[in-house]
Amino acid sequence: MTLAIFLALATVSVISAILVISQKNSVISALYLVVTLASQAVLYFLLGATFIGVLQIIVYAGAIMVLFLFVIMLLNLKRDEFGPDKKKGQRVLAFLLTLFLAIEILAALKIGLSGGQAVTGVSAKLSIGSPVEVARSLFIDYLYPFEIVSILLLVAILGVIVLVKKRF
Amino acid sequence: MVPLAYYLTLSALLFAIGVVGVLINRNAIVIFMSIEIMLNAVNLSLIAFSQFMGSPAGQVIVFLVMAVAAAEAAVGLAIIVVIHRTRESINVDDVNLMKW
Repeated sequence: MTLAIFLALATVSVISAILVISQKNSVISALYLVVTLASQAVLYFLLGATFIGVLQIIVYAGAIMVLFLFVIMLLNLKRDEFGPDKKKGQRVLAFLLTLFLAIEILAALKIGLSGGQAVTGVSAKLSIGSPVEVARSLFIDYLYPFEIVSILLLVAILGVIVLVKKRF
Repeated sequence: MVPLAYYLTLSALLFAIGVVGVLINRNAIVIFMSIEIMLNAVNLSLIAFSQFMGSPAGQVIVFLVMAVAAAEAAVGLAIIVVIHRTRESINVDDVNLMKW
């Protein structure tokens, strides 16, 4: 049953990811990206990572995608602006190189999973992904990176303001 | 329970799709979306490892990656808006000079 849900979600996320990169219109790409992100959020729920799943929907499918759609509408792009690619060989080369990359990752994965100690199904406790467990780890073991992220977000806010301001 | 290898394979496929998207597209915003797909693929494998090893560390890393992705999206889209303001285009082939 779980496997059927996983396969359905995996199919949806892979197909919508392919549709994201193959659209002419950016708005449609953005909407397919929402589908990919939402199906990955359900995959997180399936794994038991409830906190990250909720965060994925709120932050990625919510905030970041609104930002994307807002910028697309702000720029008011013409649909045929990008037209056919001038360099045809580049596209073929891109597919070939990525195929090699995918084979490489999958081969590394196969070697990694066959050798060494198997991690498959060691614990898979559902409580690991609960907000309590994640917060305990975040505020005790990883407090320092957490504080640095707050500084990073502050710098990002200042950077955006400086970038888009016309004159000081 | 779905085996770990399935999640990692899905993650590898999504990452490869993101790489193709960066390489074949000329629209800066779609290139950005492909980068988000790649970040999400890595997040998926981190969550899968975290659950299968029984340690919340991977989830904390995903939390930090999401914060960095939000900052990256905000700054990157601001850069795209500025490029569009000066060049009237977000085709990455038009953006090949540092200064104009």
